[in-house]
Amino acid sequence: MGFLIETVIAGLMSGVLYALIALGFVLIFKASGVFNFAQGAMVLFAALAMARLQEHMPWPLAFALAFLIMVMLAWLIERLVLRHLVNQHGVTLLMATLGIAYFLEGLGQMVWGDDIYPINLGLPKQPTLVLDKVIPGGVLISNEDLIAAISAAALVALLTLFFQKSGIGRALRAVADDHQAAQSIGIPLSRMWVIVWAIAGLVALVTGMIWGSKLGVQFSLSLIALKGLPVVILGGLTSVPGAIVGGLIVGLGEKLAEVYLGPALGGGIESWFAYLLALVVLLIRPQGLFGERIIDRV
Amino acid sequence: MFYRENGQFKTSYVSDTQIFPILQDRWFVAALLAVAFVAIPLLGSDYLLRALLIPFLILSLAALGLNVLVGYCGQISLGTGAFMAVGAYAAFNLMVRISGLPLLVALVLAGLIAAVIGMVFGLPSLRIRGLYLAVATLAAQFFADWVFSHVPWLTNGSSSGSVTAPNLQVFGLAIDTPVRKYLFCLAILCVLALAVKNLVRGRKGREWMATRDMDVAASVIGISPVRAKLSAFAVSSFITGIAGALWAFVHLGSWEPAAFNIDVSLKLLFMIIIGGLGSVMGSFFGAAFIVLLPIFLNQLPGLLGIPASTSLISHLEFMTFGVLIVVFLIAEPHGLAALWNTAKNKLRLWPFPH
Repeated sequence: MGFLIETVIAGLMSGVLYALIALGFVLIFKASGVFNFAQGAMVLFAALAMARLQEHMPWPLAFALAFLIMVMLAWLIERLVLRHLVNQHGVTLLMATLGIAYFLEGLGQMVWGDDIYPINLGLPKQPTLVLDKVIPGGVLISNEDLIAAISAAALVALLTLFFQKSGIGRALRAVADDHQAAQSIGIPLSRMWVIVWAIAGLVALVTGMIWGSKLGVQFSLSLIALKGLPVVILGGLTSVPGAIVGGLIVGLGEKLAEVYLGPALGGGIESWFAYLLALVVLLIRPQGLFGERIIDRV
Repeated sequence: MFYRENGQFKTSYVSDTQIFPILQDRWFVAALLAVAFVAIPLLGSDYLLRALLIPFLILSLAALGLNVLVGYCGQISLGTGAFMAVGAYAAFNLMVRISGLPLLVALVLAGLIAAVIGMVFGLPSLRIRGLYLAVATLAAQFFADWVFSHVPWLTNGSSSGSVTAPNLQVFGLAIDTPVRKYLFCLAILCVLALAVKNLVRGRKGREWMATRDMDVAASVIGISPVRAKLSAFAVSSFITGIAGALWAFVHLGSWEPAAFNIDVSLKLLFMIIIGGLGSVMGSFFGAAFIVLLPIFLNQLPGLLGIPASTSLISHLEFMTFGVLIVVFLIAEPHGLAALWNTAKNKLRLWPFPH
C-alpha cells in the first residue's frame, strides 16, 4: 500500500512537470495558433541560463536575469520569425519552430556550455515520513518535490489570475479567440505575441528550474519535453486546465504502467506510453478531454 | 550551345509528355549519369565514396520517400526513422532466417513490410491531420525505438538490439568494396527515383497533390482520400524502408535501434524543407546539403585558421540547421529546387532578356 502511494506521488510529480511543459504549448497555441515544437528547447535554454548565472549570484537574481533573457528571446522570435510567417499553414509554422528548437539547442549549449549543471535553490533534500500511523512503513515524500509542486501550482494560479483580471490578459484572451476581431478593435497583435512567448519563456524557466534542481540541467531536458506533445493532445490543444489534468494523467499513468505492466513487457515502456494514450484519445475524441470541438473535415 | 528549346518541336504525344522535354536537359542528365556510373567509380577515392557519396545516395532515397508523403500528399511525418528501422530490421530478419534469400528480394520484401507498417501508422491520418498527425507519427517513432531494443526475437536474440549485417551478395558478386557499394546504392536509387518521378507525373501523383491542396475538393471530384493517403503512406514507407535497409547494411554494417532515432527523422524533414517540398530534384539537393554542411563546418575553422573544438562545431551545426530552416521557410518555401528552376528559367532567356 505504501509503495502504491509512493508510486502515485512520484507519478504526479513528473505529471506536474509535463503539465508545465504542456502549459507552455497551450499558451502559445491559443494566442498565435503556433504549435510550438521549441518549448523543450526553451526549457533547456532557460535552465542552462539559470544554472550558469546562478554560479555567480544568488538564485533570485539569476532567475530574474534568466527571465529577462527569455523576454528578449521572445521579442527576437516574433520579430525575426513569426512576423514573416503570418497567415501560413499550421504545418509550416510547426516546421519553423523546429528550426527555432534546433537553433536554441545549439545556441544554448554554445553560450552556456554543454555539461551537466546543478541548480541549487537551497531546498531541503531529506524526505519526510507521513502517514506512518495509518499504513505500516509509512510513505516517504521528498520535501523538494512538495515545494516544486506547490510552486508550480502557484505559477498556474498566478497565470490564471493574470489572464482573467489584468487588461493584457483580457487582450490575450481576445487574440486567442479571434485574431481579426481582436486586431480590428485595436489590439496590437505582434506585441501580444511577444508577451505570450515571454510568458511561455517564464513557464519554461520554471519548468527547467524545477527539473534542473532535481536532476541537473543537461541536454536530455529538451528531449523529455517531447512528452509535452501527447499531454496537450490528451488535454486538448486550447485548454489550460486540460494541459494540467493531461499532464497529471500522463505522469501518473506512465509510472503506474511502468511499475505494473513494465515487467511483463520488458520495461522501458515509459518512452511511448504517453503517445499510445494520446493516440487512443485522438481516435475516440480528437479534440482532447477539454479542448474546443474544432470542426475540421478530413 | 545556348540553353534553348527553340526549334525543338513536339510532334507526338509521347514527345510532349517526356520527363525532360528540353534536349539540353536530356544531355545534362545523360552526362550526369555517365559521371555517376563511370567516372566516379574510376576516379573517386575510398574516402569520398564512403564518407560522402554513399550516405548521400541513401539519404536521398529516404528523403525521396518522405517527400512523397510530405511534399506530394501533404501528410506531415516525424516518424521516418521508424520506417527506416522497420526496413532495416525486416531485411536483417529475412536474411538471417531464410538462408539463401537473395539480397534484392530481401530488400523488396523489407520495403513491403515497411509499407504495411507505414499504412498502419497512416490510419490516424484518415481522421486527423496536420499537427495531430505529427504527434501520431511521433508515436510510431518512439514505439519503434522501444520495440527494436526490447523484443529479442526481432534482433535475433542480441541484447540491446545491436546487430550486424550478413555478407552482401548480388548475382554472386560480393558487395564489399566502397566502389561496389556505391554502384549498388546508385542503381537502386536510379530505379526508385525514376519510379517515383513517373508515379507523381501520373494519376496517383495528381491524386496526392489534389488531396494535399484541398482534401474536400479532391473528394468532390471523385478522389478517395482514404486510398490517396494510404497509398502515399505505403509508397513513402516502401522507399524509406529500403533506404533504411541500405543505410544499415551498406553504410553502417552493424547498427542498433538508436541509429534510427528521432534525430534521423528530423534531419530527413530538414532535407526536404531545404531541398524543396514536392520535388524529386529537391530530395537530392536537400540530402546533398545536409551531408555536406557538417563536413564543411568541420573544415571551416581549419581553413580560416581559427581553433574550434568539436563540440563547438556540433553546436554551430545545430544553429546553422535551425537558421536555414527558418530562412528557407520564409524566403523560399519551395527550397533549393525552386532556386534551380528559377536559374533555369533565367538561363532560357540569357543573354538576350527580351
